[in-house]
Amino acid sequence: MFCMVGERINTTRKRVQQAVADRDAAYIQQDVQAQQQCGAQYIDINAGARIGHETKDMQWLLEVVQPVVTVPLCLDSPDPKVLAMAYERVQKPPMINSISLEKARFDAMAPFLEGKKCKIVALCLDDSGLPKTALQIVQRAETIVMRLAGLGFSRDAVYVDPLVQPVSTDTKNGAMVLEAVSEIRKALAGVHIICGLSNISYGLPKRKIINRTFLSLMMAAGLDAAILDPLDADLTAVLKTTQMLLGQDLYCAKYLKAFRAGELPG
Amino acid sequence: MTDFTTIMEVLIEGDEAALVERVNEALNQGSDPREILDQALIAGMDIVGERMETGEMFIPEVLMAARAMNAALEIIKPLLTGAGARAAGKVVIGTVKGDLHDIGKNLVTMMLESAGLEVYNLGADVAPEQFVEALKSTGAGLLCLSALLTTTMPMIRETVEAVVQSGIRNRVKIMVGGAPVTEAFAREIGADGYAADAGSAAKMAKALLAGSVV
Repeated sequence: MFCMVGERINTTRKRVQQAVADRDAAYIQQDVQAQQQCGAQYIDINAGARIGHETKDMQWLLEVVQPVVTVPLCLDSPDPKVLAMAYERVQKPPMINSISLEKARFDAMAPFLEGKKCKIVALCLDDSGLPKTALQIVQRAETIVMRLAGLGFSRDAVYVDPLVQPVSTDTKNGAMVLEAVSEIRKALAGVHIICGLSNISYGLPKRKIINRTFLSLMMAAGLDAAILDPLDADLTAVLKTTQMLLGQDLYCAKYLKAFRAGELPG
Repeated sequence: MTDFTTIMEVLIEGDEAALVERVNEALNQGSDPREILDQALIAGMDIVGERMETGEMFIPEVLMAARAMNAALEIIKPLLTGAGARAAGKVVIGTVKGDLHDIGKNLVTMMLESAGLEVYNLGADVAPEQFVEALKSTGAGLLCLSALLTTTMPMIRETVEAVVQSGIRNRVKIMVGGAPVTEAFAREIGADGYAADAGSAAKMAKALLAGSVV
């Protein structure tokens, strides 16, 4: 079962930032309902873009989003204080986005996370910076899964993010992360693997075709979750088709359902 | 007098082998290495920067052109002597403390080097005092600061303040950039310039060093 985390409620997006600044609840509520209808299993909430307003913006978003969706939230902030505040205000066990192996960040997050019943996105990032080889990504995944186990997180609660880097700045970046995902799938049975898609296409034209092709390849390698736009019909069509081709759609039922609903372009 | 147009063309195409051949040819025909550098190579990279800014060229193509440029520089540099050997200016660049992103910053570094500047790249996660120290020891006239996170943007401000505190602000121009950084933010924190991409960064850096932006 592939886990789709809806990425749209993020204040770095201009329209969302405007709605948050205006306290336009209707806009936000409509958006999250649409994401849920399109299959989002978590709704990501990121209130970080208006510097100095993150706590209040996050609080407000949680108030307006929760009454209108049934799926849990993905609390997206690098600030443990914001995450702790938000955690107290959610009705369903959330996904926390994110923790990394950067020492200051891990140490700040650990006391808050210990024993919590939530999912967590674990970035393969440490103080030496972005990973440079597939092996490095796998080693960091192993380390962070082990350290989270020490805080009471089972593998099923951990969503490892291998960190996708642009293929435009180094042509090997695509193959590197694909290899890493295959290896993590083998080395860490039961763990989930998640990523954002759009980094891969930075610096190139027609980014959407790159993103969706990449999603398909990543799923074949073992990716079982992604932070994406559930309203992007071209993208979710690739997602459903790939699930079918990988044998994850019994009797092609979901694919055919999408076809009858007119959700498959082309 | 050699025609520099073909040198520029093969440089923009990123054809390393052809560029090396054309540069050697021009030298054999008696062209001045300084002229080749300024009128063909740096001028060619200026066009690459402009085309990147307008979206006509993409990052992999810019990287190919830069690789060709480096090969040409290896031939040209040893031939420059005296006043001709001086770089157009010195630059200190880095990603601010707490931020590990360096892809964009490295692209900017490459474009600055291709513009004939001497660049001291301090890497990522660089503390304000390290920037100040590097500015003092190199005598650089331009500081370039990058941040890729909204959470590390305030560190740009702190770094600018550290430069002011150190007493060298009057001889150092400051340029800032990175995904969440805007022109308004640059102005607010008292930076001298902002660049949205690596192409415009090279142009802005040269303008700042020449004193044509105030």
